[in-house]
Amino acid sequence: MKNLILTTAALALTAGMAMADTVRMGTEGAYPPYNFINDAGEVDGFERELGDELCKRAGLECEWVKNDWDSIIPNLVSGNYDTIIAGMSITDERDEVIDFTQNYVPPAASAFAAASDGADLSGGVVAAQTATIQAGYVAESGATLVEFATPEETIAAVRSGEADAVFADKDYLVPIVEESGGELVFVGDDVPLGGGVGMGVRESDGELRGKFDEAITSMKADGTLNEMLKKWFGEGTATYGTDGSVVTN
Amino acid sequence: MPGLTFERRLMFSYCVDPDTLGTFRWFSCYLTTGVHWSFYLSFLKVLLLLAVTAPVALSFGFAGAMAARSHFPPLSWLGKGYIAIVRGVPDIAFFLFFVIALDQGFEWIRHKVLCPDWSEPIRQGNDFLVCQSAKLPLGTAPEWVHETYGFILAVITFSIVFGAFAANVLFGGMRAVPHAQLETAEAYGMTRRETFWRILVPQMWVYALPGLSNLWMVLIKATPLLFLLGIEDIVYWARELGGTKTSRFTEYPHGDWRMWYFLFLLIFYLGMTRVSEIGLEKLMRRLSHGQATSGGELLRKETTA
Repeated sequence: MKNLILTTAALALTAGMAMADTVRMGTEGAYPPYNFINDAGEVDGFERELGDELCKRAGLECEWVKNDWDSIIPNLVSGNYDTIIAGMSITDERDEVIDFTQNYVPPAASAFAAASDGADLSGGVVAAQTATIQAGYVAESGATLVEFATPEETIAAVRSGEADAVFADKDYLVPIVEESGGELVFVGDDVPLGGGVGMGVRESDGELRGKFDEAITSMKADGTLNEMLKKWFGEGTATYGTDGSVVTN
Repeated sequence: MPGLTFERRLMFSYCVDPDTLGTFRWFSCYLTTGVHWSFYLSFLKVLLLLAVTAPVALSFGFAGAMAARSHFPPLSWLGKGYIAIVRGVPDIAFFLFFVIALDQGFEWIRHKVLCPDWSEPIRQGNDFLVCQSAKLPLGTAPEWVHETYGFILAVITFSIVFGAFAANVLFGGMRAVPHAQLETAEAYGMTRRETFWRILVPQMWVYALPGLSNLWMVLIKATPLLFLLGIEDIVYWARELGGTKTSRFTEYPHGDWRMWYFLFLLIFYLGMTRVSEIGLEKLMRRLSHGQATSGGELLRKETTA
């Protein structure tokens, strides 16, 4: 009888632990190479690989959830998932609503891509995704901003001539420009924006944030994060030194 | 090639290396990838949503209409208030905010019942925090449970919105039944309740059907709002699959094919409306049978001539 009680207690305890340990990871699934849906219909990309490794190191069981970019923050604070891992740049405005881990992608350049070299970046029409730091930058630059719900539509706007140029993370634009066969080119200078890409968590979720912070630190220290960065963003991408400082290559 | 490390389940054995295939075989592989199956599955989701929402919304509407014409003032106010408020709020606002509020409402009730000892506030700044066991669905539940729960929230939301419109239509339908019919029933000694169920309800449908058929058509076209509720519907997948794909992230790179996918959706929606029109036409004929309306009169002449 005593044994039975003990077993039940143990079961209840492990069930309780399992309950606390499932972390739902919210992502957009439309922003390669950060995150996208592969041919098999699963979440894939740099953040999938990174997130799985972070969960392993932190001893958490993780599950991937897709959510529209527009409502990705409201659904986090409402508790529908526990983290945002969706190529989200750390900015002051977002930091007022949610908390971020340390960055796992160094502050990266944003770039303009256009159909021709002569695109007018300061007075023309520039496309950007809604509620991104790029959209905020364009709005203040004097150019006319057109916003789209998905990154895909910002590219389509340039191809169709609706916008003179698109302004987005350079990492996102590189494969598209490379495969466009000369239809799209980079114009103007790269613009460094934001405080790097970090993982978003609820402000009240300090414990979870601590666990992920620790896992990111350990990945920076042993060089595994750098390997992933190079694998997904190319050899020339900025990486981290073992002390966490940014190294530009 | 990064990104192609996932385990592949191929429909046909020759799909191993799509780059080398001819057009027909390439498409046979392309159209049977895992993402495409998700796309096809989403059609079933939409049809299921319609099949579940239509009767639920109709019952909401019926209850609303009954309440609105009640002789007990508070009930009548409730019915009329429901119709007026829901019809007045823009759909998109309703779908964006109501669902999160509904979800939080459920969790709040569960929290109060299941975790009475909880001392921390539920609202901390922007965060909405309930105890783990009050989460709906539980954090440990598999993803399909979360998706089913989202689907149920969608059905409730759609039903409340369309129920309000249906209530207004049914309310009008009930008033359109000739008053003489009701007076006759009363003269025969029927109670108010009997008059309602035996005389009014069977006759009102024919007046309500044109309005209800409009609602059905609008409901079919409103299903893309599902994506606002976090459900991956056909429009989401058409946009996702049709978007430009570079060869780094897929074995099937292609340009912007959204036009073709949306063309397919157009055909689907047109097919749905056509089938609905035929069905509604048949229903109208059936309901007109023996009714004191011009449609009923026409049917009577057809059969006696």
